[in-house]
Amino acid sequence: MSGNSKIIIKDVNLHFGKQHVLKNVTATIPEKQITVILGPSGCGKTTLLKTMNRLTDLYPNVKIKGSIYIGDDDVLNTKKDITEIRRHMGLLSQRPYPLPMNIFNNVAYGLRISGRKSKKYLKPRVQHYLQMANLWEEVKDRLTDPASSLSIGQQQRLCLARGLSVDPDIILADEPTSALDPLSSEVIENKFIELKSQYTIVMVTHSLQQARRIADYVIFMYLGEIIEQGPADEFFNNTKQELTKKYIKGLFN
Amino acid sequence: MKKSKLRNAEELFFRGVMILSSSVIGFVLVLILWSIVKRGFPALSWEMITQTPKGGFYFGKEGGIANAIVGSLYVASGATLLAMIIGIPVSLYMNVNLHKRKKLVTAIRFLLDVMWGIPSIVYGAFGFTIMIFFGMHSSLLAGILTITLFILPIMIRSIDEVLLSVPKGLMEASYSLGSTESETSYKVFLKQCISGVTTAVLLSFGRAIGDAASVLFTTGYTDHMPTSLMQPTATLPLAIFFQMSSPIAEVKERAYASALILTFIILLISIIARIISIRYQKHKIKI
Repeated sequence: MSGNSKIIIKDVNLHFGKQHVLKNVTATIPEKQITVILGPSGCGKTTLLKTMNRLTDLYPNVKIKGSIYIGDDDVLNTKKDITEIRRHMGLLSQRPYPLPMNIFNNVAYGLRISGRKSKKYLKPRVQHYLQMANLWEEVKDRLTDPASSLSIGQQQRLCLARGLSVDPDIILADEPTSALDPLSSEVIENKFIELKSQYTIVMVTHSLQQARRIADYVIFMYLGEIIEQGPADEFFNNTKQELTKKYIKGLFN
Repeated sequence: MKKSKLRNAEELFFRGVMILSSSVIGFVLVLILWSIVKRGFPALSWEMITQTPKGGFYFGKEGGIANAIVGSLYVASGATLLAMIIGIPVSLYMNVNLHKRKKLVTAIRFLLDVMWGIPSIVYGAFGFTIMIFFGMHSSLLAGILTITLFILPIMIRSIDEVLLSVPKGLMEASYSLGSTESETSYKVFLKQCISGVTTAVLLSFGRAIGDAASVLFTTGYTDHMPTSLMQPTATLPLAIFFQMSSPIAEVKERAYASALILTFIILLISIIARIISIRYQKHKIKI
């Protein structure tokens, strides 16, 4: 369970108005593994995820201190264009939000806005990413249909294909299976396991079982603080903190 | 037991009130349409749509109101187009770029709502003052500009209400792909809301073509076809007004025919806009 660390989070404090949401969060996220951020609802895990690609910028009254290093860049304090940084990270949200356009254009969107517009270039790539997301076979005859006509499980895979299309090194996933049926969830989980050889995956979940199934590295949060973190084996079998033990036993929600 | 009876009675009462008020609105609408059709249809003729007023038209002689129809279409289309060019970017800016500045946006909304409430005659008077200041005469251009001012708050606020319904998740999805604010605005928000925006534009067009008070001083009135932006231009609401105030019965009937034409134009535009919006609505992401 060794490897380089991809994301280094250092002393991050985040306030929503008067509410202290993230408290001195420090963590390292290993490269090309699945890191699961685990914890009960409202513990700040989604906020931590959104801090990594600075989607927190979209909320009013947010104050962030600290650093998040991705490569050499400190995402929180960089002078680089934030849109450029976000392109290195794909995002899957709790429920899929395809763009209001057809299936092909959903995947082509990210490529188009980074300036690659020719149909000849786009066509094989759209196919490639749809195949990567296990969706190609189901949609190859209806690429011009609206994305909203897909089932919710298919939509989530479309969002995955769309996220992969901008060629990120990191995939951020915010409870990506919570709106899906068990079968669609399994497809996404298996996909993540397949993709981790190429991508660093950070996934938020409140499902202990899911964490056990796919995590390589676990970060456990409670009330805005990181209680414990470590490689999955160690985390589940050699738990150190009392609070974590209680959570793993299912003693609170 | 008693409680459920009371709740049922309450349900029944409010349902009754709703049915009553809906029927009243429906009834009034039908009444208006019926009186226009009943009095206007017999007076309607091909001549009326295709000819300009000949000498003595307003005394019941020959001619038509083609100049007012064309004038109204010019004024309303010009103003709607100008208002779209200003209004769509403004409402997108309010919802995308100023997304975090809640207080500022609330203040802007309040201002726009106040402007929406200002009577159109005030816009007319304002337009007139500006015209005098620049030494302009009443003209098609002055009318278009005044009507643009008049419908801008209507258009911006109607589009704004539609944009407010865009789910936050869609916004995050767009940004997470590395979109800029303008890409989020025009490629995501506008696409998501295209049918609502069409309705907002249509509403503004309806207000533009139907308003008499703001064109009274600014556009003026003539018996000629409008050929230049700098010339006075006839409009349908004023044509109705002038004919209606005539003591001659025949001319009065023609006022109803003119109203029928105006209603028909609005109906036609509504249908076209509906078709356009349905065509694009299929891509809308439903929540």
